[in-house]
Amino acid sequence: MDAVIAGIGHTEYSKNSGRSTLQLAVEASRAAIADAGLTPADIDGSVTFQLDKNDELAVMTNLGIPQLRFSSRTRGGGGGACATVQHAAAAVVSGQARAVLIWRAFNERSRHRFGQPNPRPPDPAWDFYLPFGLDTPAKIYGLQFQRYMHRYGLTNADFGLYTVVARQYAATNPHAWFYKRPITIEDHQASRWIVEPLLRLLDCCQESDGGVALVVVGADRAADLPNPAVRIAGAGASHLQGGDEMFNFYHPDLSTFVEGQTLADDLWAQTGYRPWDMDVALIYENFSPIVFMQLEAFGYCGPGEARDFIASGAIGPGGRIPVNTNGGLLGEGYIHGMNNIVEAVRQVRGTAPNQVAGAERVLVTSGRSGLVLDKP
Amino acid sequence: MVRVAPPVTDDDNRFFWDGVREGRLRIQRCASCATLRHPPGPMCPRCHSLEWDTVESRGRGTVYSWVLSHHPTEPDAEPRIVVLVDLEEGVRLVANLQGLPWADVTNGMAVEAFFADVGGVLLPQFRPVGPA
Repeated sequence: MDAVIAGIGHTEYSKNSGRSTLQLAVEASRAAIADAGLTPADIDGSVTFQLDKNDELAVMTNLGIPQLRFSSRTRGGGGGACATVQHAAAAVVSGQARAVLIWRAFNERSRHRFGQPNPRPPDPAWDFYLPFGLDTPAKIYGLQFQRYMHRYGLTNADFGLYTVVARQYAATNPHAWFYKRPITIEDHQASRWIVEPLLRLLDCCQESDGGVALVVVGADRAADLPNPAVRIAGAGASHLQGGDEMFNFYHPDLSTFVEGQTLADDLWAQTGYRPWDMDVALIYENFSPIVFMQLEAFGYCGPGEARDFIASGAIGPGGRIPVNTNGGLLGEGYIHGMNNIVEAVRQVRGTAPNQVAGAERVLVTSGRSGLVLDKP
Repeated sequence: MVRVAPPVTDDDNRFFWDGVREGRLRIQRCASCATLRHPPGPMCPRCHSLEWDTVESRGRGTVYSWVLSHHPTEPDAEPRIVVLVDLEEGVRLVANLQGLPWADVTNGMAVEAFFADVGGVLLPQFRPVGPA
């Protein structure tokens, strides 16, 4: 039996929600459950991120879910975004749960900001980051991006090519924080440095407040749903030896994204699809260069070719593989990658603000986990 | 004044930071198969032995990658150059590079270790190896 995404829900994506993360979680969850045509009493499984601050018991108590038979959390931060759907599908297909609620909610702009320096190591795994000044994700990831930039002779302006496309999509997506606010490459180059010589402000994802939720059920229930079911055709994660707490400094070659390559192999093997069978791709971008590395890892272009691939218009509106049609995490909002899964569902349903005509198959990646969604 | 978050250490990595306080750059070595490993951990991934000792690195290596660490909202903090150094012994280390402007840093440049008080914390640092 296959599993399907039956419901999607989200709050607004803002910079100051004015309410608790628990409220954001249950607002998004209530919306997703209703979108699936279910009630909280139908939910018997849950998945969220290990970093999510909302306890399962608090979420179920507020929603009125009487019993959870299954609950799990995914590894890491945004790298676990797509893995939430993998967990949910595994639970449904194996019979451990009939309807799994997935949520992720935070006040990541108005409260704890990921982009602000972390004052002290949360645990000893951070001892080889923080004392040396690697105290934000931008700096930590920067050490990998520098290697990519060095190997292929790129400059920061090359990375800006992606941001311009993301903001173009966001400009016509009413859900996006940067709705009606496109930028030019000159705007990108005028934004302040975050990590020299790699990342400017406009290379960085937003910091956002908000919540996203999904509901996963078995494909046998697809005919009963009020909205079109979206099949989870493939779901995978890839964690490789030599990875570390936050990033992969100890892999031999940091100019390639081996987790992405191995994840791609797994997803294409699971589904029988190939890269160009996809109609849309949602590619997690905490920072613009990671889009380049994932386009290469997933086979849309060869090593070092992403710059020219993006410059050719391939990922923009009407391109060969439209990427992050919601504006992505730079343009729409940063709900730890989960809003990109919502956009993928909208594309397959045919309800995306920047709908790709006839879209039926969508790739969603979040670094170390990924999904292929399609029409059942 | 640069703000430095001191290490919190645990049973697995305490030897490294104890070594730093003594001015020694120690690398963990499997006592069974002699494989070096970093960052530290309790088990040898090659032979699965839990027995280990350490070797002292010569502190020579090359810059694998680097960034300028300087948070834009903290204008008073002195920027630091953060490097990944590939040590001659074959492991990779996160550290800082001193002694040259950041614009002069290049991938592959030869560096050597020294120890310095940085914001009140003794840390392994690297500097360029001068022309012979």
